[in-house]
Amino acid sequence: MRAHLIRFGLAFAAAAIAGPSLAQDLTLWSWRQEDRAQYEQFIDTFEAANPGITVKFETFEAANYNTILATALAGGTGPDLMMVRAYGGLENVAVPGYLEALTTETVPALADFAAPAIAAESVRADGKIYAVPFASQTMLVIYNKKIFADLGLEEPQTWADFLASAQTIKDAGIFPFANGTATAWQNETIVSALTSSIMGRDFYNDLAAGNTDFNDPRYLEALTKLKEISAYFPDGFIGLDYPSAQQLFSSGMAAMFAGGSFELATFKTQNPDLDLGVFAAPGIEAADEKLVGVFYDGGYAMNAAGSNKEASLKFLNYLASQEFGQAFANTLNNISTVPGVTFENPLLQEVADLNQVSIPYIMLVHFRYGEPSGSVLLQGEVQKLMGDQTTPEAAGKALTDGLAVWYEPFQK
Amino acid sequence: MPRLRLTGRGLWISALIVPPIAFVALFVVYPIVSAFAYAFFDWQGLLRGEFIGFDNFYHVLFIEPYATWTRNAFSHNIMVFFALMVLQNGVGFFLAYFLWRELPGARFHRIAVFLPVVLSTIIIGYMFKLFMHPLFGVINTTLRGIGLGELAQPWLGQSSTALWGLIVANAWHMVGFPTLVFLAGMQRIPSEILDAVRMETRSEWVKISKIVWPLVAPSATVVFVLLFVGAFNWFELPYIMAGLDGSPYGSTDVLGLYFYRTAFGNVSSGQQDFGLGSALAVLIFLFIAVIAGFITVRLRAREIQL
Repeated sequence: MRAHLIRFGLAFAAAAIAGPSLAQDLTLWSWRQEDRAQYEQFIDTFEAANPGITVKFETFEAANYNTILATALAGGTGPDLMMVRAYGGLENVAVPGYLEALTTETVPALADFAAPAIAAESVRADGKIYAVPFASQTMLVIYNKKIFADLGLEEPQTWADFLASAQTIKDAGIFPFANGTATAWQNETIVSALTSSIMGRDFYNDLAAGNTDFNDPRYLEALTKLKEISAYFPDGFIGLDYPSAQQLFSSGMAAMFAGGSFELATFKTQNPDLDLGVFAAPGIEAADEKLVGVFYDGGYAMNAAGSNKEASLKFLNYLASQEFGQAFANTLNNISTVPGVTFENPLLQEVADLNQVSIPYIMLVHFRYGEPSGSVLLQGEVQKLMGDQTTPEAAGKALTDGLAVWYEPFQK
Repeated sequence: MPRLRLTGRGLWISALIVPPIAFVALFVVYPIVSAFAYAFFDWQGLLRGEFIGFDNFYHVLFIEPYATWTRNAFSHNIMVFFALMVLQNGVGFFLAYFLWRELPGARFHRIAVFLPVVLSTIIIGYMFKLFMHPLFGVINTTLRGIGLGELAQPWLGQSSTALWGLIVANAWHMVGFPTLVFLAGMQRIPSEILDAVRMETRSEWVKISKIVWPLVAPSATVVFVLLFVGAFNWFELPYIMAGLDGSPYGSTDVLGLYFYRTAFGNVSSGQQDFGLGSALAVLIFLFIAVIAGFITVRLRAREIQL
């Protein structure tokens, strides 16, 4: 398998350099096979404005993309331009020095990007930016507007409201939430989607600054509330897997789905008649800030060893431009990270507005840099919590102690 | 000794033998040897670092959190082995006996018992996942239908039943294989012996324990060793039914899943580490090779005693 992958990657890499290497021919690698048509369109626009430069779009299977890319770069045969992941996934290729560091001088538009977006594509050790971020994802509550309207429900403003709405839906014979926790990563998404407002921005800031850990009462409160609202998940939800949960929601058997904004497209495909709405789960009081969890998907980077750096930089500048951001948002139905982009799709506009009041998707953004990763720990602990095998206090302690193996601020 | 000249017969033999040997060397021997070599290096993703001796082995066996993960996965493999020994090989033996005795419907059942074996593990995995679905699964809807709704469980979602769900699925899938091997063994028993027994006793049990069992002992050795290897290489079914993480919270984690996660990473983990993964692969390989060899030798000896 290993040897296979390496050979596979090298073969592709060799093919990539063996191609015509005239001064202005660029290659762009991506894992978004499904977006090929749109990217060719973006490239056409760029080529029309920059005669003499051509860009070739090449895609690889998403699951093995990082391995293929890392192999090609390690062999000195990577593409000129490439999509890279964010956070830990970015560091895998940026730390060994394969990527060209970007500055606000080489790509001036980066100066206006949101700070968390820039942080997602920066390496922690040197603080340099290595890619132009392209999209964000948001953890929130997606709901079926028709069911809410039929039952006379509004988007909840307080936690008590939230529970009362869920009870009303349950009494009407509909599952309040579609969520199940048998698929491990779903346990992480529900924490962010349902309890970001409970843990609150102050907790996040303290955590990020290294002033507190997961034993913090604000975090334990969040886990307690998560357990409380899980009473409105389907019967036997601890054995309900992710695809079943999606089906429950898109079939209209459940009124809400706590998860990522990336579900919106899936639900629309599964059932085009669904009238979808989104909201940020409330805090305890109406006055509490209503927060969603946000993370960034990835970015566009350039090869530090590329031979057409000037042309590559021009293309990166195009990818950071408002023009591209707008086209990206309109055709790919994704939340572009380019500042000032507006969305034709009102639902996306709503998500983009919710993003203005957010905290990061904590474990992905901060705790996937070592083993055990915060995500793996949290997923396991929430599964235990849901299965009555642990308490919020014990879970918070397990998270903190587990991360202390490699996360220095927790080592006391 | 005849000389192999590179003409005629000798050339013909070489031409037939070299391609398969080259194929095996390239796709079987080379990966195994390279995994051994990888295990002794430090890895940064796919970049091979320095030679670090046995550090990777020490790491997966004694350093937290790997030590706990290794123990957890290993203990599940052992449990799976013993459970399947009873549910798969044990049941297989009795099924074979009933088929051999030509009970009514034996011809039909001979095919029915073996049929699941030819189905793909992927299909079996998804099918049992649907059977055990908490809301719509056959098991829970049946229980609710006959008024035993309180017995309905989220089978694959709780640690007390998840691994057993997988074991049952595997036993149902593979029980036809030991059945077939045992049946073949029983059909080789000479009829004179059976006639002699019939004159001594009418007890089925005496017949099974004193005659049939000892005489199918060679078949037993084969299925035990294969089950052992299968149980410690278990991957497809847990991967399909429980996911790479061994959901819930590692309750269904086995060495195969753990190795895959460590070497290739998964969506939620930090970094992939080829060195630790290779070290695990080598340990699993050595363990299986040594124990399987030991079992084979011991059971061969037992066969003669029986």
